[in-house]
Amino acid sequence: MDHVTTAEHAHHVVHEHELSWIQTYVFSTDHKVIGIQYAITAMVFLLFGFTLMMIMRWQLAFPGQPIPLIGNFLGEANAPGGQMLPEFYNQLGAMHGTIMVFMGVVPLAVGGFGNFVLPLQIGAPDMAFPRINMMSYWAFFLGGVVMIASFFVPGGAANSGWTSYAPLAVTATTGQTMWLVGMIFLITSSLLGAINFITTTIQLRAPGLSFMRLPFFVWAQLVTAFLLLLAFPPLEAAGVLQLMDRLAGTSFFMPSGLVVSGRVLENSGGGSPLLWQHLFWFLAHPEVYVLILPAFGIVTEIIANNTRKPIWGYRVMVASLVFLGFMSFIVWAHHMFITGMGTTMSSFFQTTTMIISIPSVIILSALFISLYGGSIRFTTPMLFALAFLPMFGIGGLTGLPLGLAPPDIHLHDTYYVIGHFHYVVAPGTLLALFAGIYHWFPKATGRKMNDLLGKIHFWGSFFAINGVFMPMFIQGLAGVNRRLYDGGQGYAHAQEVLHWNVFMSYSAWILAIFQILFIVNFFWSIKRGQKVSDNPWHATTLEWDAPSPPPHGNFTRPVEAYRGPYEYSVPGDATDFTPQSLPSATRPQPQRA
Amino acid sequence: MDIPYTVAERPDTGLNNVKLGIWLFLASEVMLFGGLFSSYVLLRVGSFEWPHGFDMLNIPLGTVNTIVLISSSVTMVLSWASLKMHDLGKYRLYMGLTILLALTFMVIKFFEYGEKFTHAHYPWENTYLGIYFTLTGLHGLHVLGGVVVNSFLWGPGTKMWRTAPERFTNRVEVAGLYWHFVDLVWIFLFPVLYLL
Amino acid sequence: MSVLGEDIKKHVGLYVKVGVTLLVLTVVTVTVSYVRLVLPLAVAVALIIAISKGSLVASFFMHLIAEKRAIYWSLVLTVAFFLALMFLPLLGALDQIGTSTQTARPAAEAAH
Repeated sequence: MDHVTTAEHAHHVVHEHELSWIQTYVFSTDHKVIGIQYAITAMVFLLFGFTLMMIMRWQLAFPGQPIPLIGNFLGEANAPGGQMLPEFYNQLGAMHGTIMVFMGVVPLAVGGFGNFVLPLQIGAPDMAFPRINMMSYWAFFLGGVVMIASFFVPGGAANSGWTSYAPLAVTATTGQTMWLVGMIFLITSSLLGAINFITTTIQLRAPGLSFMRLPFFVWAQLVTAFLLLLAFPPLEAAGVLQLMDRLAGTSFFMPSGLVVSGRVLENSGGGSPLLWQHLFWFLAHPEVYVLILPAFGIVTEIIANNTRKPIWGYRVMVASLVFLGFMSFIVWAHHMFITGMGTTMSSFFQTTTMIISIPSVIILSALFISLYGGSIRFTTPMLFALAFLPMFGIGGLTGLPLGLAPPDIHLHDTYYVIGHFHYVVAPGTLLALFAGIYHWFPKATGRKMNDLLGKIHFWGSFFAINGVFMPMFIQGLAGVNRRLYDGGQGYAHAQEVLHWNVFMSYSAWILAIFQILFIVNFFWSIKRGQKVSDNPWHATTLEWDAPSPPPHGNFTRPVEAYRGPYEYSVPGDATDFTPQSLPSATRPQPQRA
Repeated sequence: MDIPYTVAERPDTGLNNVKLGIWLFLASEVMLFGGLFSSYVLLRVGSFEWPHGFDMLNIPLGTVNTIVLISSSVTMVLSWASLKMHDLGKYRLYMGLTILLALTFMVIKFFEYGEKFTHAHYPWENTYLGIYFTLTGLHGLHVLGGVVVNSFLWGPGTKMWRTAPERFTNRVEVAGLYWHFVDLVWIFLFPVLYLL
Repeated sequence: MSVLGEDIKKHVGLYVKVGVTLLVLTVVTVTVSYVRLVLPLAVAVALIIAISKGSLVASFFMHLIAEKRAIYWSLVLTVAFFLALMFLPLLGALDQIGTSTQTARPAAEAAH
């Protein structure tokens, strides 16, 4: 074994490599530091994206009314007299989506949780390529900076939706160029990270940790990494092509004879707007599975731990995960049903889309069944994990009519779609991410977050977030279009459901207030949280063997796995949990500080 | 702190980390060029008129370039084989040849582009030229990248042969994998753009 | 490393032979292009030759023929998705069943 890391060796290593503050905290190659960098940066971007949405929701609830508090600081070009211009609304919409997906959720779920937890859960000293790991964080950071900076150029940020469809995006203002450049940085970051995650999972598993003994969290990150690795490059190619259309006057996506603002464009034409859509959605569909898979992983860990039971159907869940990952590459044109495609191709994509719902249902069902007969502990992470289940259920079920072409004709580009995907990502993934933060905070800091604040945060957020998104189905079914800066006010068919805008906006602002509790709890607990042992949740997986927080190199004794990841309440065992690293189950466990 | 299997192979997978890493990177590159090839197909199928490659490009030059790049792949793998046979001299010879052949490729490409620009044929003239310049341009950037890496391995990088010969041999092997991939892309680019 | 120093000498001969084969196939593909086959046939022939050449490079220069499962299956997966990316949009563009005949693409004829 090359990697026996005794306490002595770790001690020796620490003294050998006296790193400067910059090397330890800024340009670190330690996966835990990088994970925390990703997590904090992502949470800042999440807060920023959330703020953009709160401003949008003012406009939707009270169209044309001057925005209170900050209206006069948004600039004359965006909101003269505090009244939001439609152009600014479009920027907010496009950037809210972009920031939440590419700079918020994925960097937190994959860059944050993946980086911090994965090496620990497989008993590894770090990622396979620590320097590439560092580079991937800084590429993400730079991409984020470019995206935020785009608000401040003439014409403002990208305003053609997070989907940047041609020809609108090609003829849009400078901000779109910055969006494309920013995306190239972000994609590069993801590709580097994906290579690292896959290599690490395959190569650096501790002895005894076979693939079918891996925690489900690791499987979820592994499949996610494959999705990122293989789905992102076509979008990178498309981004380059769109940059060329914008900057070099090419016509990859520009059809012939296009007239913009009364003038015929001078490019050659002959291009295809549909080509952009194919290349974009080839990534963006697997991307939504990138958004949900880490959440599945987190929730599974927390449910096993807090039911004191093994997960029901581990093997079936793993098979479903892999099948889901594969299928996610061949469903993308269900985002394009109304582009005029023929019925044969439409049938193909409807079929694959219906098939892909099966593994999701299997995974959700297995998690529900895992609760049966459990000795449930309603800890803060468990509350969030439990709520994830029905929320993801609603999100998934509402996707079904969208995946079938006939109902999609009615629902496409309405608020129904927005309700569907937000349910999966916001009441879904975001709640799971909160669960993960509460769950692994003690491992990262040696302290617990405050339980009372956590539970108030949970209940307040749970009700408020449903208040924001449930009415969207009502509006969507009534035919209210998305991306309307006045919330549908100008349409006769929207009048009866317009009042929901006010309800949803208040729900959003109330949701914000409960996040303040979380932010305070998070930072306060880092220094003043209740100190806890290395394994306060009495969990079985390998990360809980390491000290809290783990030192450089992670483990103070050699790690070996002797059993599966969820040996809770095994009849005959000494306690109600048997860690993976324990050789004999009947021997009483060593006392931990 | 030691990351295991950076040089030695992990028994059950039979791989070291860098080899797996580079293949994963190449997989992503297959999808990158795949996106561009898919664009080529859609643009061509959706067009009213599409010129034949043989009417637009210089086939003899393209053929020479193909021969040049294939030869550089041969010399690259021979440079790695030389290291496996502990012959540093032969390694430097073959690696040097690889770099020279790569530069020859770039020169010919430069000449081809120059020909186009002198007759005012730019990427924005039509979608054929647009996708031609993009595909060959991105490929050319990859050739350049390979030249940089190979030059480092031929020059200052060789120091590692004395201190960690197996690790150095692995590096050359991995650089070779990248280089063969660049050749592989051209093997498809050439007929698609020049001959059809 | 799975290949020992002495085995390598045999491999050197193999590499040169593969190289020569590749050059021959290059000449073949260029020569055939001068025959000016109809486009679908020309595409098929060009792709068959290119795939053969590519397989030789991958199998022997990149040693894929003896490579480990993790790499082999990752690449099989990649090729599957590459083919999806190549063919699904194309089939979508060619499928006119159920669409308005006025938007039927002329390229279906022009491509011949």
